[in-house]
Amino acid sequence: MGIIVDENTKVIVQGITGREGSFHTRLMLQYGTKVVAGVTPGKGGTTVEGVPVYDTMDEAVKAHPDANTSIIFVPAKFAADAVFEAIDAGIKTIVVITEHIPIHDAMAFVNYAKEKGSIIIGPNCPGIINPGKTKVGIMPANVFTPGPVGVMSRSGTLTYEVSYFLSKAGLGQSTVIGVGGDPITGLTFPEVAEMFERDPQTKAIVMVGEIGGDAEERVAKMVKEGKIRKPIVAFIAGRTAPEGKRMGHAGAIIMLGTGAYKDKVAALEDAGVRVAITPYEIPKLVSEALKRA
Amino acid sequence: MKLFEYEAKEIIRKYGIETPKGVVVREGDDIRKAIESSGLTPPLAVKAQVLVAGRGKAGGIKLVNNVDEAVSVSQQLFKTPIKGIKPSILLIEQAIKHDAELYAGIVLDRAERKPLVLVSKYGGMDLEEVAREHPEAIIKYYVDPYKGLRNYEARILGKQLGLTGKALSSFENFLQALYRAFMDYDAELAESNPLALLPDKVLPLDLRIIIDDNSLFRHTEYAATEKERLGELSEREIAAREKDLAYVELDGDVGVIGNGAGLTMTTMDLVYEFGMKPADFLDVGGGAEAEHIRDAVEFVMSDPKVKKVFINIFGGITRADEVARGIVMALKDLGNKAKPLVVRLTGTNEEQGREILKEVGITPYSDPLEALQALKNL
Repeated sequence: MGIIVDENTKVIVQGITGREGSFHTRLMLQYGTKVVAGVTPGKGGTTVEGVPVYDTMDEAVKAHPDANTSIIFVPAKFAADAVFEAIDAGIKTIVVITEHIPIHDAMAFVNYAKEKGSIIIGPNCPGIINPGKTKVGIMPANVFTPGPVGVMSRSGTLTYEVSYFLSKAGLGQSTVIGVGGDPITGLTFPEVAEMFERDPQTKAIVMVGEIGGDAEERVAKMVKEGKIRKPIVAFIAGRTAPEGKRMGHAGAIIMLGTGAYKDKVAALEDAGVRVAITPYEIPKLVSEALKRA
Repeated sequence: MKLFEYEAKEIIRKYGIETPKGVVVREGDDIRKAIESSGLTPPLAVKAQVLVAGRGKAGGIKLVNNVDEAVSVSQQLFKTPIKGIKPSILLIEQAIKHDAELYAGIVLDRAERKPLVLVSKYGGMDLEEVAREHPEAIIKYYVDPYKGLRNYEARILGKQLGLTGKALSSFENFLQALYRAFMDYDAELAESNPLALLPDKVLPLDLRIIIDDNSLFRHTEYAATEKERLGELSEREIAAREKDLAYVELDGDVGVIGNGAGLTMTTMDLVYEFGMKPADFLDVGGGAEAEHIRDAVEFVMSDPKVKKVFINIFGGITRADEVARGIVMALKDLGNKAKPLVVRLTGTNEEQGREILKEVGITPYSDPLEALQALKNL
């Protein structure tokens, strides 16, 4: 099983002719992802890696009515427009890789998607992979293996890091999803945690969080309330980050008295969630959790 | 990007909101003439335009009773660093007698993904302090971004602050304007603290607007003056910005470079874990090309306090061969100024990256913990 995407997922790549779009289309195809079409305004009628390119999402879905997912490599300035276009074309899962999208734009399309029943993953995220089945994202595929661990993360690179060490320890993944590092994202940890809770393949959840925001605290609350019963192992990046400084991207900042490392860890431990001090302890904690479960 | 108080007030006036009468003076201006020609009459408030929190407490706002005093206090303020930053702009305003101080602000709420209006009777203190001491006194209200903040909603909030009559309708107008400015200017935060309460109106004594940096392509008038407002940043941080590097200066001696904020923060945490201290946080971001990596390595190695450098890359959209090429370019450029270096390199195009580094005698690690141990032994 796994969540959100599987071997039947049919993908349209928005911004397919760009540097990243074409490069990652090739890698997704190599992984076995069913990329059925691409969209770049003005490039309709061409192909990229054998995938037909259209000028609009409307044309793309008319030619490929089974397409249900899109992945967006469109530059930040035009990315919001691409997301609205995908929602209006009836796409149900939209993965937004683009970083530096204005927060107000993200707020608008995330709310619109919710109204129309579409799921947004990202923005500013590595995407989603169901190892061995499909990959809709930019992650290096070789670090993932199929298995029982659901991984959700706010950081792209840490997602790879953690999955690599899980795989090395013989702990495969059901689905790995990067929700994105921006202040406003489509899917959030609490929502993904609920999906993992319902997914029969997932036996344990790894949450790779970071300072800023309160998504990790809200997951802790769900565990406490018994809404999440599967074991969770958490890691929070930014233990030594100075307060009030923006660490690289917009999400990781401690503001208005929320989002500090110690508050997140305290909330998680209070709910009985094991918190790893380094990402490299995660496999050990996950094995222990799986044995107990 | 933080706007100066006077800029935020210029914005709110565009929405028909009255602010205290004032004049902006810059270093070198004839202050007396500026005050006299603007028709201000004492008492006045002389306010340093610096982009730090707690400006008032740090001595950045002075009340004066006559023009002579205003001139001397202004000259003094130009020379006085407020939390380390010397102001180059002052706002001299009419001091306003008022009955009470309120708080009104709008932020983007991550969990609800909506604008969140915060109002409180406890203006004048910082909001974190209010949250700690009088949590019940902060009224929170989520706005549906499609509907926008309607008049009746602003009115309900005003009533909850105990406002009536003309003051209530003035508050309603103010909150509406603040919301519209918040939306139109892609703000992360728009707030007035204190918002003075007078018998027949509210008046923003202070006003803060922070524009989302990612939206600056829509607000080019502020992007052009970016340099004026780098107050909070160190000299190295300003220099890093010019090179488009996501860099935060720290006080240790190990240069830290990583890709992605999460991994770079974790690398920083790990350097501490191994008993060393990072000199910086430098995230090369996603999809960095060789030239960008070269700039990053040269920038960190040119920091006199850096003794050795740790580069931790897990390539996804970033390609290890580009990273390796960038490192080689930097080492060539630096020559004998290059500092000892440990590289952990894995992910997309890892093999090509390793080959490139081996040609210059660097063997990259794939295991981060082994790499950190090597760094420690260096």
